[in-house]
Amino acid sequence: MLSAIQARELWRTFGTNEAVAGIDLDVPYGEIYGFLGPNGAGKSTTVRMLCTLLGPTAGTATVAGFDVATQPGDIRLRIGVALQDYSIDGKQTGREMLDLQGRLYGLSTRDIARRLDDVVGLVDIGSAIDDRVDSYSGGMKRRLDLAMSLIHRPQILFLDEPTTGLDPASRSAVWAEVRRLNDDYGTTIFLTTQYLEEADELADRVGIISDGLIKAEGAPNELKRDIGADLIVAEVDGDLELAADALRAIDGIDDVETHNNEITLATTDGAGLIAEVAVALSGCGVPVKSLTLRTPTLDDVFLQVTGTHLAGGGDHSGRPDTDEAHQSDHASAEATS
Amino acid sequence: MTTATAPTSDDATAYVPLARRASMWHDFATIAHRAIRGVFREPEFFIPALITPVFFFVVIVGALQDSAQGSGTVTDFKAFQLPVAIIFAVTGVSRATALVTDIQSGYFDRLLLTPIRRPMLLLGLMAADVVSVILLTIPVLALGLVLGISFESGIVGMLVFLLYGATWGLAFAGFPYAIALKTGNPAAVNASFVLFFPFAFLTTTFLPKEALTGWLSTVSIYNPVTYVLGGLRSLISDGWRTDLLVQGFAASLGLMVISFGLASLAMRGRINRG
Repeated sequence: MLSAIQARELWRTFGTNEAVAGIDLDVPYGEIYGFLGPNGAGKSTTVRMLCTLLGPTAGTATVAGFDVATQPGDIRLRIGVALQDYSIDGKQTGREMLDLQGRLYGLSTRDIARRLDDVVGLVDIGSAIDDRVDSYSGGMKRRLDLAMSLIHRPQILFLDEPTTGLDPASRSAVWAEVRRLNDDYGTTIFLTTQYLEEADELADRVGIISDGLIKAEGAPNELKRDIGADLIVAEVDGDLELAADALRAIDGIDDVETHNNEITLATTDGAGLIAEVAVALSGCGVPVKSLTLRTPTLDDVFLQVTGTHLAGGGDHSGRPDTDEAHQSDHASAEATS
Repeated sequence: MTTATAPTSDDATAYVPLARRASMWHDFATIAHRAIRGVFREPEFFIPALITPVFFFVVIVGALQDSAQGSGTVTDFKAFQLPVAIIFAVTGVSRATALVTDIQSGYFDRLLLTPIRRPMLLLGLMAADVVSVILLTIPVLALGLVLGISFESGIVGMLVFLLYGATWGLAFAGFPYAIALKTGNPAAVNASFVLFFPFAFLTTTFLPKEALTGWLSTVSIYNPVTYVLGGLRSLISDGWRTDLLVQGFAASLGLMVISFGLASLAMRGRINRG
């Protein structure tokens, strides 16, 4: 299968900080690939390397078959990018921004007019398209930003946390558009996110990145299935290891993980074992605050491979935020101009 | 989860980009068009830039005209000061603040993601700077004409006067661009205004070259503004003095090479840093 995006041992360091520490990627054409990780995990740095904004310190990467280090111009013609912040000039109107974007990509006047008709529907802001962008809400700016990244009908679309800061309605609208682009046009989409439900909802495959390394990769359902069919989560208020040892003795428990004051049990028969778990916890004298039976989520996968929760947890590595690393460190990378 | 219809290998290889690398002129015009539109959308930018030279012109002429003309150092002090007002009007005028805004908002990254030629990102802004400095020069020139200043070089000389001022303004603009690209910090760009003072005052601002003495006389020899003022003044007082015009133009071009050389290096550094 042809790879739309391929990386081999891709590294990017800022001084002594290894923002990306040797990742391998293979994203086939037509796939939505979710790159899941907390702030500072290396998501944005990876995207910036793949988009030709940042040179790799080591390793290789190709996008649409072209090398990011030696053929950036060819890549730029084929990719669309919506970066983490709204990359918009507030002094211009929405229509002017789209028109300008078309011109920057060398589109003819006729092509720009045609593509404007196509993408204005996505922006879906009515007559405000002729108002200055400064007056737009966050959701409107994000949708305009996405429309700008599509004006030249890219083959591969990079979306760096496209729904961060959006209200639920705007988030749903962006998700619907991502699906439509993939379904209708076969656009390959590389999506970074720190939202589990976003990766679960959209991605054909997910790569979990932490500390600059891909810790796990696969279809969301496969990753979850690897954990077990069911999870029993006990929140305890007492000796965690004593309780965990008691639970390990139960037949049918495949795995026992402890984290903070939680014990997570993986099993193929949650409904059949939950009563036995409750009895075992009661028997060892550890107070139980809650006992929950549920199916695994991507957060469980994240917890298993990184040892920390992603949901609401942010970055626990102590690594500075990627963008801050850019600002503070003048690494001597190769130019990709 | 979506059920993507993955394209076949043939689909992927058959993709023809709608985007293309345009001509150099197209790239320049695209960036310049946006930058010039930005100039007209920030009228608040012009008001202080216009008040400063008019204020200094009125104050300096009011305070020093009698003594300067009475001592015989200068024949027509208003005519002598008009080029100074032009220098004050155009020095430091640039789109560097807008460039910083682009850097901070991420729009500069978006520009770098397009196939546009990198040098055009600066050259397009320079086009807007030319428009800005000419727009600022015209009212100052008009004020001079209202006050009775006449040009020995005639109407064509007035046009050259405008272009001369624009060339100097453009030459100086490279410094704030270099600072903007190096730091991405609006405060640093605003602080670049301090460069204005040695250029504007360690020269023949108040007295002709012959009347300067001591270290100021020495420093003024190495200050390009001395020659720019000389060229501008010659258009008012002498007519067409090719030697003075060439000297002033060369001084502006020399500074432009330095300032935009620094700006280009700063841009390269920013691109490398990603």
